[in-house]
Amino acid sequence: MQEELFTSGRNIPNIDPSLEVWHWPISVYLFLGGLAAGILLFAGVITILGKDKEYPTTVKYASMVPPIALTLGLLALVYDLTNPLYTWQLYTTIRLESPMSWGAWVLLVTTPLSFLWVFSYFSELFPKWNLRFDFLKTFMKFLKRNRKNMAYALVPLSIILGVYTGILLSAFNARPLWNNAILGPLFLTSGLSTGAATIILLAKTAKERHLFSKIDLALIIIELGLIVHMLMGMYAGSQVQLDAMNLLIGGEFTLMFFGFVVILGLIIPGILEALEIKGYKVPVAIPAILVLIGGLIFRFVMVEAGQLTRYLY
Amino acid sequence: MRYAMVIDTLKCVGCSDCVVACQTENNVPIGYCRDWITETVNGAYPNIELELKSERCNHCENAPCVRCCPTGASHIIDGGIVLVTPNECIGCGACIESCPYDARYQHPDGYVDKCTFCHHRLEKGQLPACVSVCPTKCMYFGDLDNPNSEVSKLLKNRKYKTLAPEAGTKPHVYYLI
Amino acid sequence: MSTSRRKFIKISALGLGGVVASTSALNFVGSKSYLNELVAQNVIKKLKKTATYCEVCFWKCAAWTYSDEQGNIKKIIGNETDPHCYGRLCPRGTGGVGMYSDEDRLKTPLIRTIVDGEETFKEVSWDEALDLIASKFKQIKSSYGAESIALLKHGSPGKHLEHLFKAFGSDTIAEPAYAQCRGAREAGFALTYGSWVGSPEPTDIRDTKCLVLIGSHIGENMHNTQVQEMSEAIDNGATIITVDPRFSTAASKSKHWLAIKPATDIALMLAWMNVLIEEGLYDEDYVKRYTTGFNELKDHVLNFTPEWAYGITTIKPEEIRKTARAMANAAPSVIVHPGRHVSWYGDDTQRARTVAILNALLGSWGRRGGFYFKESIKVPKFPSPKYPHPKWDWKNICEKYPMAQMGITTEVIRAAIPNKENKYPVKAMMVAGTNITKSIPEKELLEKAMNEMEFIVVMDTMPMDVTGYADVVLPECTYLERYDGIRSATNRTPSIAVRVPAVQPKYNSKPGWWVAKQIGERLGLGDYFNYNDYKEVIEWQLEQMGTSLEEMNKIGVKHYPRKSGPLYLKEGENYEFPTESGKIELYSKELKNLGFDPLPNYTKHPEPPQGFYRLNYGRAPMHTFSRTANNPNLNDLKSENNLWVNPKVARIIGLRNGQEVWLRNQDKITSTFGIKVRVTERVRWDSVYMVHGFGHDNKKLSRAFGKGINDTQMISKTMVDPIMGGTGMRGNFVEILTEDPHKTLEV
Ligand SMILES: Nc1nc2c(c(=O)[nH]1)N[C@H]1C(S)=C(S)[C@@H](COP(=O)(O)OP(=O)(O)OC[C@H]3O[C@@H](n4cnc5c(=O)[nH]c(N)nc54)[C@H](O)[C@@H]3O)O[C@H]1N2
Ligand SMILES: Nc1nc2c(c(=O)[nH]1)N[C@H]1C(S)=C(S)[C@@H](COP(=O)(O)OP(=O)(O)OC[C@H]3O[C@@H](n4cnc5c(=O)[nH]c(N)nc54)[C@H](O)[C@@H]3O)O[C@H]1N2
Ligand code: SF4
Ligand code: SF4
Ligand code: SF4
Ligand code: SF4
Ligand code: SF4
Ligand SMILES: [Mo]
Repeated sequence: MQEELFTSGRNIPNIDPSLEVWHWPISVYLFLGGLAAGILLFAGVITILGKDKEYPTTVKYASMVPPIALTLGLLALVYDLTNPLYTWQLYTTIRLESPMSWGAWVLLVTTPLSFLWVFSYFSELFPKWNLRFDFLKTFMKFLKRNRKNMAYALVPLSIILGVYTGILLSAFNARPLWNNAILGPLFLTSGLSTGAATIILLAKTAKERHLFSKIDLALIIIELGLIVHMLMGMYAGSQVQLDAMNLLIGGEFTLMFFGFVVILGLIIPGILEALEIKGYKVPVAIPAILVLIGGLIFRFVMVEAGQLTRYLY
Repeated sequence: MRYAMVIDTLKCVGCSDCVVACQTENNVPIGYCRDWITETVNGAYPNIELELKSERCNHCENAPCVRCCPTGASHIIDGGIVLVTPNECIGCGACIESCPYDARYQHPDGYVDKCTFCHHRLEKGQLPACVSVCPTKCMYFGDLDNPNSEVSKLLKNRKYKTLAPEAGTKPHVYYLI
Repeated sequence: MSTSRRKFIKISALGLGGVVASTSALNFVGSKSYLNELVAQNVIKKLKKTATYCEVCFWKCAAWTYSDEQGNIKKIIGNETDPHCYGRLCPRGTGGVGMYSDEDRLKTPLIRTIVDGEETFKEVSWDEALDLIASKFKQIKSSYGAESIALLKHGSPGKHLEHLFKAFGSDTIAEPAYAQCRGAREAGFALTYGSWVGSPEPTDIRDTKCLVLIGSHIGENMHNTQVQEMSEAIDNGATIITVDPRFSTAASKSKHWLAIKPATDIALMLAWMNVLIEEGLYDEDYVKRYTTGFNELKDHVLNFTPEWAYGITTIKPEEIRKTARAMANAAPSVIVHPGRHVSWYGDDTQRARTVAILNALLGSWGRRGGFYFKESIKVPKFPSPKYPHPKWDWKNICEKYPMAQMGITTEVIRAAIPNKENKYPVKAMMVAGTNITKSIPEKELLEKAMNEMEFIVVMDTMPMDVTGYADVVLPECTYLERYDGIRSATNRTPSIAVRVPAVQPKYNSKPGWWVAKQIGERLGLGDYFNYNDYKEVIEWQLEQMGTSLEEMNKIGVKHYPRKSGPLYLKEGENYEFPTESGKIELYSKELKNLGFDPLPNYTKHPEPPQGFYRLNYGRAPMHTFSRTANNPNLNDLKSENNLWVNPKVARIIGLRNGQEVWLRNQDKITSTFGIKVRVTERVRWDSVYMVHGFGHDNKKLSRAFGKGINDTQMISKTMVDPIMGGTGMRGNFVEILTEDPHKTLEV
């Protein structure tokens, strides 16, 4: 029999056994960041392609979500800091090796940009509201003229943001569940998928709904592929990675992961969307909401389970 | 200058004096710790092996905690000591997640804390508190760059290991086995 | 005669008097500005150094207490020059700060009273408490004589009270460090070598080539110098042989671990002697020169072959031979360690004799790497009148046990139970520095006695279980807040150490010397306490010893040259041992005359019946008995004890790691609390093991209450050593209950 235990010090609740320093706000933050990145990317791409008139939900209505999501996400992040009054310290330095650092910087640029983007549509979104000050009107006009330029900035920024939400976790060598090359692309795909789902939910035209159902279906298929790939990678890995995998496929997170993330959050909405595309009558809100819930739970599972995994030595 | 700690597992009795001494020297609040003891038992009665180890931050040469810190609060100073500047720490926890040894903790005052190799004592020419109290004298501290230091000699003459070498962190705490 | 009038009450049932103000509430106020300076300040602060010696156990390591300007004790560091610690305290000594800072400490004197028909404690002034004690003591003295007031004590406060009691006319004094601890060893060695082993043990571990530990679990038993020197011995490549049914920490450092069947050590040692003699490995010259009775011994062990012992001990004959040869190879630099807590199976004096004889065969007594000749310096007695001569004392109470050289706690307690034949009735008792509910087994006896006594005073620093029996509870301040007697212990060279208060006593607590003097003065014994402050006593004594308090404040420890001669025997030296024959008595005529075996014999002890396991217990390095369980720093390291269970047993009963279980012993005594299981290969399948000192029963101990099981509660049966009266405690068997036996049935 092998026995390993802490004789003293670490068997105290403040530190071990779970070392959970990241709580629900981090999962929420990652979810909202991914979702915002998704919408901003779609809005940017459509604008660059000059199709903004054909897909108004994407560029206009759904785009009201990212500024709110990013603000809430940031608030959640700060809420989980144990020294929140010192948050400004994030902006005294740029540390390229720290995903947390460049994530903070990307957010610093992207969040205002997402506000400006919505502001450029102000008169169309709120036709009944009149802007009180002239300089605001001029500013809005200025933004409207530069929408394409903003879109050029948004595309790379939102990709970085989406990838960042995955890299943030996968950069941690010390947590075997997170430490794999798939997690970044996986989170990006999942973020895009939740973005697409939001657009589907808000879309006013069948055309826009259809396009994003197709996009979302593709993303779901990619995501499923990535998940299989990730698990295979862990399966072939060391003992610690096997243990990590077991948390997902044969442990306390299995129901959450397979039930809510894979089946309810990916496979079922995928089938529903495929049916819809084939022309069956499906209330589109259902797959979209499932994707959103699945995306949120996916982040909860990964953040919580990841913190449980540790090196053996 | 490359500070290192060498701990002789053949002598450590797991008494935890190093843990209390660190607590009183460094004002580590009750309920937290910068160092701790692990016990590993292998075999079946009456053919058993027991290893007792005092563990702490390894002051890794390739420190993931420093790399992932967004503010630069975690940093490496002369001698390879990994430190946290409380003033610059926002408490994001990234460093805690990044440490394969779970050597860091969130101090109730908000910042992240961990073993400092007692650099405030080193400055005064004293040994780290844990090393200085260990009743079995199984802990050694010194400069790896000096071939005549006790630690260098021990690592030259004795079998040793580091913890989780596969994590690639290049620890500066060595265990004689 | 009063009927059963004393109900066990806990201080948690504090009825009258204000609720003690919480001090910690203030800590939450104040700014929480986390600046680097704040952190830096914490470590750079200028700290004051005060000399002391540790009271967390009885090794008495000299140390420096570091305190800041606000009078907070920050840390305690060993005194570099002290031969008890060489500048390194053990974890308990380092964590001694917690003895001071524990917010659960006794804060003010308490008196038992009745409120609404319920017995409870009320907070009173020192004057009220001391006046009550003095009037009760006087009253009992006039009715029964001062002799009937007994003192159970341990540690430093005991010294001051001993003086008070002897001045008052009572020498009815005992402490658990004898009958529950090392008494049998001292008796066994006194019978063989004419002198006690004593504390600290004069074992020359530093220079030994072979250290044999029979049960002594050095490394868990943290007696400082021994741990330090054992580590040095490991560095020097010494062979360590550990005989222990449990895989102790020491066993893990040993070349040979003999996993002996419990209670069979004498058989193993007889076989070792057999090998040493049969193979001619013993120190012939030493034996011839210094011992008597070798021929009797030789005949005696003739048939105790390793093959014979194998059947008893389960240790293979080759192993026995191999280890005997290893000892002989190293001889005379070999130590068969006498152990310390030796009250195991009731034949403990005989086991100690076996150890003593084995050492004599190996010629290790008085040899480098064996046992050195210890020496201490005498501290002059502060002038005081002669003590009156009591009509009877502890010796009379313990007369059944011819070799009892100190009071036997259990006998003194028994003397409180009315009995027509009892010529020495104990009517009242003072208890100081010993938690008798944990240190003395046979709870039933204790409770009966407590019920019968007319008056009980307990002086402690903590609201320990024992305070529940008191009529008056006196809060002593901790060792860090008081003067105490000068420490002068036996060592390689003599030395002394002082204890000086680092800070003012916290709360309304007082030093033990002050309490003794106050009671003494109220009893009209003022002449015996001819000083205002104990400091004056120390100052006077230090002056007699050629130093001063001023100097001692600076150095903490002072060394004196040896006067008694060299540490070891010289080659071929003629040496007279302080025995009757002047020789090491392998064969003991004294025992023979008293009707005991003159040479040790193995006797079979009962084994656990089906479904029961032998209750084994020992030390955890970070705790001292029951006194540290609530210490915030040490509780942080280990807050409860675990029940060590062999995986085979776990499989049979179906136990998981961490599962809570309860115990019931052979006398149907059920543990008050539960204990968490540790499934481990380190323990034998016929026993379970736990660390002594947990399972506290007083809610006022906010950290320790209800954590783990009190091993003493499970020790309802003792095997009394007929030679010196020690209480063997290792013959209790327990069954493991997986359901909470105290769960009240819900309808
Ligand atoms: N940390 C710490 N250290 C202490 C103390 C403390 O409270 N805490 N107390 C001090 C005091 S006063 C004392 S007296 C000493 C006591 O310390 P020791 O004298 O070393 O202790 P024992 O209780 O005699 O021995 C306990 C060991 O005996 C083993 N044992 C049990 N039954 C048998 C048996 O039948 N045969 C053999 N060979 N071994 C057996 C147990 O498994 C355990 O490992 O410790 C001292 N040191
Ligand atoms: N079951 C079982 N019983 C045992 C043992 C065992 O291993 N198992 N070990 C035995 C041995 S070896 C020994 S030596 C004895 C030890 O027996 P004790 O000396 O009775 O041990 P403790 O349980 O530490 O109790 C000490 C008491 O003194 C108090 N105290 C501490 N410091 C001070 C002080 O400065 N002043 C005053 N007034 N009080 C103070 C503590 O709060 C505590 O209540 O126990 C023996 N009994
Ligand atoms: S103080 Fe020394 S012997 Fe004790 S646990 Fe720490 S390293 Fe081991
Ligand atoms: S042990 Fe952990 S905290 Fe210490 S330097 Fe290495 S990674 Fe950083
Ligand atoms: S918690 Fe503090 S030290 Fe750790 S990574 Fe964040 S800012 Fe850096
Ligand atoms: S080196 Fe100092 S800070 Fe680090 S564990 Fe030892 S005592 Fe604590
Ligand atoms: S051995 Fe430890 S507890 Fe005992 S006196 Fe020394 S430092 Fe104190
Ligand atoms: Mo003892």
